[in-house]
Amino acid sequence: MINTMECAVDAQSLISISLRKIHNSRTQRGGIKLHKNLLVSYVLRNARQVYMNEKYAEIYRMQQYEEVMTVCNEIQELNPLDLAEDCEEQSGDCCGNDGVSEPASLCCALLPVSHLTAVQSAHIQAPSACSAPLSLQSDEVCKETEPSFYRSCCAEAYPVSNCDFSTVNNNLHCNKTTVLDLDTHVVTTVENGYLHQDCCASFQQCCQGAQSPAKKRKVDFEYYISDIEEVPDFTPCKRAKFEDCSYANSEHLDTSNISNLISIFGSGFSGLVSRQADFEQALNGQFCSKQALASLGAWTRAIVAF
Amino acid sequence: MAGAGGGSNDVQWCFSQVKGAIDDDVAEADIISTVEFNHSGELLATGDKGGRVVIFQQEIEKSQPQCRSEYNVYSTFQSHEPEFDYLKSLEIEEKINKIRWLPQKNAAQFLLSTNDKTIKLWKISERDKRPEGYNLKEEDGRYIDPNTVTALRVPVFRPMDLMVEASPRRVFANAHTYHINSISINSDHETYLSADDLRINLWHQEITDRSFNIVDIKPANMEELTEVITAAEFHPHQCNTFVYSSSKGTIRLCDMRASALCDTHSKLFEEPEDPSNRSFFSEIISSISDVKFSHNGRYMMIRDYLSVKIWDLNMENRPVETYQVHEYLRSKLCSLYENDCIFDKFECCWNGNDSVVMTGSYNNFFRMFDRGQRRDVTLEASREGSKPQQVLKPRKVCADGKRKKDEISVDSLDFNKKILHTAWHPQDNIIAVATTNNLYIFQDKVN
Repeated sequence: MINTMECAVDAQSLISISLRKIHNSRTQRGGIKLHKNLLVSYVLRNARQVYMNEKYAEIYRMQQYEEVMTVCNEIQELNPLDLAEDCEEQSGDCCGNDGVSEPASLCCALLPVSHLTAVQSAHIQAPSACSAPLSLQSDEVCKETEPSFYRSCCAEAYPVSNCDFSTVNNNLHCNKTTVLDLDTHVVTTVENGYLHQDCCASFQQCCQGAQSPAKKRKVDFEYYISDIEEVPDFTPCKRAKFEDCSYANSEHLDTSNISNLISIFGSGFSGLVSRQADFEQALNGQFCSKQALASLGAWTRAIVAF
Repeated sequence: MAGAGGGSNDVQWCFSQVKGAIDDDVAEADIISTVEFNHSGELLATGDKGGRVVIFQQEIEKSQPQCRSEYNVYSTFQSHEPEFDYLKSLEIEEKINKIRWLPQKNAAQFLLSTNDKTIKLWKISERDKRPEGYNLKEEDGRYIDPNTVTALRVPVFRPMDLMVEASPRRVFANAHTYHINSISINSDHETYLSADDLRINLWHQEITDRSFNIVDIKPANMEELTEVITAAEFHPHQCNTFVYSSSKGTIRLCDMRASALCDTHSKLFEEPEDPSNRSFFSEIISSISDVKFSHNGRYMMIRDYLSVKIWDLNMENRPVETYQVHEYLRSKLCSLYENDCIFDKFECCWNGNDSVVMTGSYNNFFRMFDRGQRRDVTLEASREGSKPQQVLKPRKVCADGKRKKDEISVDSLDFNKKILHTAWHPQDNIIAVATTNNLYIFQDKVN
């Protein structure tokens, strides 16, 4: 039955609903329906585009405000070491105290902007210090990303997604591929050739302040994301097995988990071709349709499992 | 109040019969999944989720001043059983997706029925006599000792109660990786096509161990998949031509003379999207759920979620007619997405002379669009309107808050009561409308 009040067309809730449908389709009698899942993936893509646009617009607005504030703070900063300690403190607050790593890119997208701008304003040349607040175990990854990477993630007017690609910063070489295997229920991430631990639950803690420990629950759906930078010679990225990507119970897909999932999806969805010109503008297209199609089809490829 | 109909006289649709359980509690196996008249209209077949086929036969009561006809059960058989694919650990549903009648060649009737994976050719034949007077067998079948036989006689055929037998003559299996959504019999009376999400195969009716793949839209990399095949049909007269529709709202016409693999279309029917209507669900509602050629072969009709469109085969850039089935649902798409109704696959059908088209909607409503008179009507299939010969009253849905008398507001619609399958008698104004588990037959008052 239709509710008397039309349900709020909220991008986040649509994403949640869509993911639930994809999950439920796995247990439906008769096998996974390719057609229906393809249509659901379109809704997911549309909702994610809207969500990311809104999110980055918000981040940009906040960052504009914060930049003014940090100009004043810059004057007071003297010792880089002091700042590194500050960063780690912030890390302790927001990235979880259990030492679980999270990728710089994931945290980057949805960390409070103030942290990021503080990092940026420090102009720290040692990326390790820069990345200390964000990751403990993926130092090698962060070392290879320039400080400008963060700026490009958050400072650009266009809502680019995470660190996976930036069409503005041509120096960016962040190669990130994340795959969730539908059959084995594992998440694999390969970034710059390094195996990466994408800990969704810890990220959840990071962003939502949740206290619950990372659950060792498997993810029930698969997607494939390719790096937008690789578009011209697109080849399937290598997958490495990855253990225990924690993710919240699929029956309780609340908004915090959706935020995590979106950041994990990363470049794949935002690279998708949209018929809407404003979307394309917003996403600052150097997007290849092949990339778009590859990302979109990942759902069906995984789901079909033929 | 007259309804839409063909010709200059307005058709008044009357209730004729309803088949199926009266129970409100619907058993899943009884859900009707396909309805199809045969080429003469004498037989009406239904398939259900339980894999059964029920065939009704028309009996015309000549005693009445107006020739009324009734459809009574002729044959019932279990066409498909649930199966299990051990390799993929998948259960294969027994639900009958489509039934198509073969043109009649002899006394027997033949139909093709398909579930998700397997197509079967069934022979339905009558037996109304049986041999009697065997020399070596008693009437009950016991054998007689030959030594006791003193005289010989010739067995003779004697009449018996009519028995209708359905026997599977061919099983066309293991040709489809994905779920079969359509079958269509060629006008050459020898071949037929079957379509799944990504491929279309061409079969010979006699040969079961091989088929030709004529369309394959599976990309090399499944991650690049953007559309699937949703329906396919052969042209009614040109045996080389068929069309298939896609989830993107396009229709492709293919000519089998052009090449063995018809991946490249001969014609592409695509209407540009209206950007003002863009929403989260644009892709879903533009997905075509049914495609049907007109009887004369000049037009084809497609059904997507909110509309029926008629295309002229000679014009590819836009349809010649568009009819809104339930435009009031456009603002409800989010809720319909949540409750999965947005994925409902409505079918559509032409009347005998291609002047009227019909399709289903929710709340057990169905709609008819008179192409010539530019009129449409909404009727309801319900037990309340089921007195014999009762004329159906047109219904109206009120989209805004100002509901008039006898109108139904959008929020009162029952989305569990949907009419997905309808069929129109090939010659007469007799229609079969399937609700969830009941089959309604309506006839023109003046048949």
